[in-house]
Amino acid sequence: MTTSNRRTFLKGTLAGGVLTVAASAGLLKPTQVLAAAWPKSAFDAKTMDATISGLYGNASVAPNAAITIKAPLQAENGAVVPITVSTTLANVESIAILVEKNATPLVCSVALMNGAQGYFSARMKMGKTSDVKVIVKAGGKLHSASQQIKVTVGGCGG
Amino acid sequence: MEMPTKLKIRPKDGLTEILVLVSHPMETGQRVDAKTKEKVPAHFIQTLSIQLNGKDVAVADLGVAVSKDPLIGISVAGAKKGDKVNVSWSDNLGNKGGADETV
Repeated sequence: MTTSNRRTFLKGTLAGGVLTVAASAGLLKPTQVLAAAWPKSAFDAKTMDATISGLYGNASVAPNAAITIKAPLQAENGAVVPITVSTTLANVESIAILVEKNATPLVCSVALMNGAQGYFSARMKMGKTSDVKVIVKAGGKLHSASQQIKVTVGGCGG
Repeated sequence: MEMPTKLKIRPKDGLTEILVLVSHPMETGQRVDAKTKEKVPAHFIQTLSIQLNGKDVAVADLGVAVSKDPLIGISVAGAKKGDKVNVSWSDNLGNKGGADETV
């Protein structure tokens, strides 16, 4: 009697285990679909290199003087740091802004097309003083520029 | 929650600048509520697209590091008076918003 009970119990747990696996597999799907539209891996990446590879794969990035970053040298409030990126490079495909010392460096990535110029402005949060790197994809190549912004009061968390 | 979107279009150096302002909390998921001592769940805009006459000119993927009430600016060439500009966004909780304006 006890043995048969034990059998049923084991069978039950096994079946339950299979169900859990199936459920988690099902749950995983929407996130994968989401990742295709919104580069989750790049936004979750904790380092600059991981962010860049998450966005563009293993492409090499070269500094380019044709990119201008207009941002304050010292920001009093890290919660709102205005930044404007402009470039004279032709065929700009996308612009990404990365803050090196933020928990997740990627601030935003913008794809530009159909007559949009190499120009982008936004306001971002910065945890502390950090280098800000801008990556411009133009004509299939990656170009970068960086600038240090000093932050007096951090803008992440409380 | 009401999250209005504002659009401003102005000429700049022979080009047209499109400015988008969305009233959105942009919660990072790291902030702690001062009263409840609990983390405020992440709530931020993920995708924002700007269209000119029905064609995409910019598709922005935003992260939590974009400031509260995001102000996004782009510049387009060849926009004429009367052209239609349309902005739409969606956040991580499935909320959507947008606005229309003519140049």
